[in-house]
Amino acid sequence: MIDFIQTIVSGIAAGSSYALMGLAMVLIYKTSEVPNFAQGELALAASFFAYMIMESFGLSFFLALPCALSFAFLLGCFLEFLVLRRAKTPNILSMIVITIGLEMILLGLVSWKFGADQKTMPFPISPYDSMAIGNIFISTLELVTVFVVLAIMAALYLLLRFSKMGLAMKATQQNTMAARLMGIRANRVLNLTWGLSSVVGAIAGLLIAPTLMHPYMMWDPLLKGFAAAVMGGMTSLPGAVSGAFLLGIIENIFGTYISIEFKAVVAFAIIVIILCIKPSGLFARHYVKKV
Amino acid sequence: MLNIKNIETYYDLICAVRGVSLRVEAKSITAILGNNGAGKSTLLKTIMGLIEDQPDKGTIEFCGEAIDRKDTEEIVRRGISFVPEGREVFEELTVRENLLAGAFIRKNRNRIDGDINTVYTYFPILGKRRNQWAGTLSGGEQQMLAIGRALMSRPKLMLLDEPSLGLSPVLVKEIFSIIKTIHADGVTIILVEQNAKMALSLADTGYIMENGRFVLAGTSAELMDDENVQEFYLGVRSDTSSKGYQRWKRKKVWR
Ligand SMILES: Nc1ncnc2c1ncn2[C@@H]1O[C@H](COP(=O)(O)OP(=O)(O)O)[C@@H](O)[C@H]1O
Ligand SMILES: [Mg+2]
Repeated sequence: MIDFIQTIVSGIAAGSSYALMGLAMVLIYKTSEVPNFAQGELALAASFFAYMIMESFGLSFFLALPCALSFAFLLGCFLEFLVLRRAKTPNILSMIVITIGLEMILLGLVSWKFGADQKTMPFPISPYDSMAIGNIFISTLELVTVFVVLAIMAALYLLLRFSKMGLAMKATQQNTMAARLMGIRANRVLNLTWGLSSVVGAIAGLLIAPTLMHPYMMWDPLLKGFAAAVMGGMTSLPGAVSGAFLLGIIENIFGTYISIEFKAVVAFAIIVIILCIKPSGLFARHYVKKV
Repeated sequence: MLNIKNIETYYDLICAVRGVSLRVEAKSITAILGNNGAGKSTLLKTIMGLIEDQPDKGTIEFCGEAIDRKDTEEIVRRGISFVPEGREVFEELTVRENLLAGAFIRKNRNRIDGDINTVYTYFPILGKRRNQWAGTLSGGEQQMLAIGRALMSRPKLMLLDEPSLGLSPVLVKEIFSIIKTIHADGVTIILVEQNAKMALSLADTGYIMENGRFVLAGTSAELMDDENVQEFYLGVRSDTSSKGYQRWKRKKVWR
């Protein structure tokens, strides 16, 4: 029994970095209806930026953190402004191709500047510290990550539910023309959303970097975060987070009790099954448009 | 208040508005009538800056300042609001959130709350449905919401595109009586309609649009007395000639 609970706890811990990537993708998808495959590499760039200013300029982590997040924000806004807005008469397919192209460019830049070898990100919490709650062990870093995920989810929820900016985001997503007729500067809303989403992704990157830091570090979290977001219906913040935790748990149970080799694949098998049974995602609120 | 001079609007190569001029005085109601595809919606969208890089020719002045080719967001801030054809409410926002979105350009929360309550007194049904998603409202309720939402920015000029479309006669009456109230509160109104009778009964002046042009203009009384308007827009049939003959004659008279 203890083993089983331990497996679940580790699953949730693993799921929390997927959750951050999922949240970031949902944010963009909600306003632009694009699954942003450059999300992972935006986070990668921000993480290596933090690494660079800490290594080269000797900044402390707590100084580097706001710098890296600002960098992520600007990079997100910049990409939206420079590339995606230029896409005239955008259709989903071409937008996806554009985000994949951006992803490759960012990946190439990071590999070229920093090399492909494993780095060590200075971080205030050692990835080897762990805590025991009864007989259950969880690494301190993972515990922090879980709390960060929940805090960010709550903050985003409050933003969307109660702030004027949140209302503008939802209005723009649902009906851009009508939003503009309300005086909402739809382009600016889109731009800010990309910045915000890039920040959320960068937080994921910064929390992953202490254990794993090389140019491909965001691949797995990105794909699984995307999978989690799809499970959650692609537009629901709590849906993406629950999907991510669920994915982490299932993956871990499968890895512990059935087969460790196929652990990475099981996530995608589940997505395929879920999408076959319930294409709108597990947690999507159903809304049928009146004709 | 609004002064449009000789504008032309193109969709790629299709010219949908061909040299329209229009003067709207403050506190008036202007009706624009015409059949499907005449270019009425295109005219309103051009005023609102919703068609990119249009008008191709001509100028639009609002309160003495040029607004043609400005951003929609900017035009709304100058005091024009638009109730688009087909309502275009935010379907997955509640009625209240829709109204709040309508007040996006305003700051004072107390006054905004006051105005939301005013909308609820205009349309009591919206008050009852305040926490319901707009997409779950009936067509008539959505139209009321679209009008209420357009009021929330406290516009000087309000453009309405076929507010009676698809509504039952009772609802049409209700909508028109609210438009009257809004006008009495000091809002200038441009009303695009296919329901000519109702529109002319409300308006001071009217224009008839065909193929992107105004083909007839006059006070409401003049238009209601016009033989062709009676036959083709008010449904009063003359019994001397066949329809085909009248059609031909009408073209002859108006071009
Ligand atoms: N988005 C568009 N692209 C191309 N042509 C359009 C578009 N919208 C309208 N049109 C054309 O412009 C003309 C005027 O349309 P519209 O302004 O909607 O007329 P109305 O509102 O009077 O029914 C029609 O011939 C229509 O086919
Ligand atoms: Mg129309």
